[in-house]
Amino acid sequence: MLLEVRGLGKQFGGLNAVKDVDLDVAEGEITAIIGPNGAGKSTFFNLLSGFYRPTSGSVVFKGQDITAKKPYRTVREGIARTFQTTHLFEDSTVLDNVLSGRIVRSRSTVFGAVLQTPGFRREERLNLDKAREALEFTGIADFADELAGEVPQEVQKRVALAIALATEPELLLLDEPAGGITEEETTRFGELIRRTAARGITVCLVEHKMSMIMSLADRILVLDHGQTIAFGTPDEIKRDPKVIEAYLGADDEEED
Amino acid sequence: MSKFTIQHLGIAVVALLLVVAPFALAGQDYVLRLLTMAATYAIAVYGFNIILGLTGQLSLAHGGFFGIGIYMVGLLTTKQEWPFWAAFAAAIVTTAVLGFLCGVVALRTREEYFAIFTMAVGFIIYLVLSRWESVTNGMNGISGIPFPEGFGIVDFENPIVMYFLVLLFLAAAAYITHAIRRSGVGRTLIAIRTSEDLANSIGVNVGLNKQLAFAASTTFAGIAGGLFATVQGFVGPTSASVNLTFELLMFILVGGLGTVMGPIVGSFVVTFLFETMQDFQSYRFIVLGPVIIALVIFAPRGIVGYLNAFVARRRRARARRSGTSAPSVQDRGPSPEEPAGSSPSDTRGAS
Repeated sequence: MLLEVRGLGKQFGGLNAVKDVDLDVAEGEITAIIGPNGAGKSTFFNLLSGFYRPTSGSVVFKGQDITAKKPYRTVREGIARTFQTTHLFEDSTVLDNVLSGRIVRSRSTVFGAVLQTPGFRREERLNLDKAREALEFTGIADFADELAGEVPQEVQKRVALAIALATEPELLLLDEPAGGITEEETTRFGELIRRTAARGITVCLVEHKMSMIMSLADRILVLDHGQTIAFGTPDEIKRDPKVIEAYLGADDEEED
Repeated sequence: MSKFTIQHLGIAVVALLLVVAPFALAGQDYVLRLLTMAATYAIAVYGFNIILGLTGQLSLAHGGFFGIGIYMVGLLTTKQEWPFWAAFAAAIVTTAVLGFLCGVVALRTREEYFAIFTMAVGFIIYLVLSRWESVTNGMNGISGIPFPEGFGIVDFENPIVMYFLVLLFLAAAAYITHAIRRSGVGRTLIAIRTSEDLANSIGVNVGLNKQLAFAASTTFAGIAGGLFATVQGFVGPTSASVNLTFELLMFILVGGLGTVMGPIVGSFVVTFLFETMQDFQSYRFIVLGPVIIALVIFAPRGIVGYLNAFVARRRRARARRSGTSAPSVQDRGPSPEEPAGSSPSDTRGAS
């Protein structure tokens, strides 16, 4: 297993935002995390990537315990993430945005930059190659010199993905990658995610667009009130009575 | 390597002006002295540029660290009779180490808390320099700070030679800024400035980099202060006051935050504006206050930042016009059609 989550929990005050969640993710799989609003999906991602400290449980990545490690450590280990609201360096060009993703894989120092050492130059060339490759892969090479804040929403979504890919992740956490883009763009983005997984990058995504998830995910984890209510293949999830209940909101009694 | 651009032309013009100025001003010692002062301030402003311009953290301790540089050189050369260069090296090391130590706290503070913390640090430094009379001579200051020891035919008692010594450090500061901006280090700092969350998500160690940026900025302030002491020969604690921090802040706002040439342009332009308003004495802030506010509102990127943005916009517009077709998203390979109707309908509403 690439990722093993055991009994993961996060309390904010008295509220259990995430409670006792287990999840196994195998290499190369696409796992979707769904659930009604406030189910704890984003919190769960924040726990995996080290943005929040879990109050209980553990996260094991590639056999290594990474529970409560800071984001800069988890990224170095190979976990990249994107945000729900697209976060970009809006005043920089698309290319510079993607180059920023290379920071974690760079070892160059101020001294190398000032003295323009051969090692520094080699690394900068490598960074540029990798960044251009990420732009090609995500289909936005045309926009390389545009300001990230000025390109269309669909392109911005792809820039966010390209930045994450530039960090050379093994596990990619995508928080609502298709939020705010059209049906057709969503289909194309789904295809891009599939190609990403085909490169051997394991993907976990939080998404509300069911058509995308059902066609994309190998496995689906359903959260409600911070707890797992179902886990399985898309077909199993579609038929699960608890899932249908949660989505229809038939039962609101368990809200403690 | 890269093409000669309008920006390179701008840099060449500024450099030429700075090199030619002392000869054009032959005999006008006062103006040359003013130029030298402006150049020392500009070095400190490059430090400001690293922490505020690139990293986005408003450090109000800058004048204080400038003062530490001044006093290290001033006290060591006069009371301990150290040679200037040894005292200067000590000043650089001290400001670097103290900056790094203060940076430990800076690790834990954000935005306005960082500004308040650093302002307190700056004020404490000022208090120590002005009140610890047995060591610093208090308000009387230090006089008789020697010129740097020359070598060969280089004699720093000649104001033109002194000017070029400061200019050398200034050019180094500008070059370092340029090198940082074009490297992963610059991208790291700018990432922190833009969004700490986003910086975290791409694996930037935000705390450590803030600390290093702060230490780099205080080191620049120390270098500038050390040079200021020997240029002036006589210094007092007012050269390290919080007012100085705000003057340096104005220099960089006018010149352009985060730019390579902004600190030079801002420092020289404002110093000479100050000079022309000298008759107003301290009332000049009544004029300059509104000028700063107007700048922040109408030209938040400063002179150089404004010019850079203008050039970049034109370049992009030209590239767009010369492009054969509008840029578009291009997925590699055919994207197989999703079988329609095979999946449940969108439940976006239930989100």
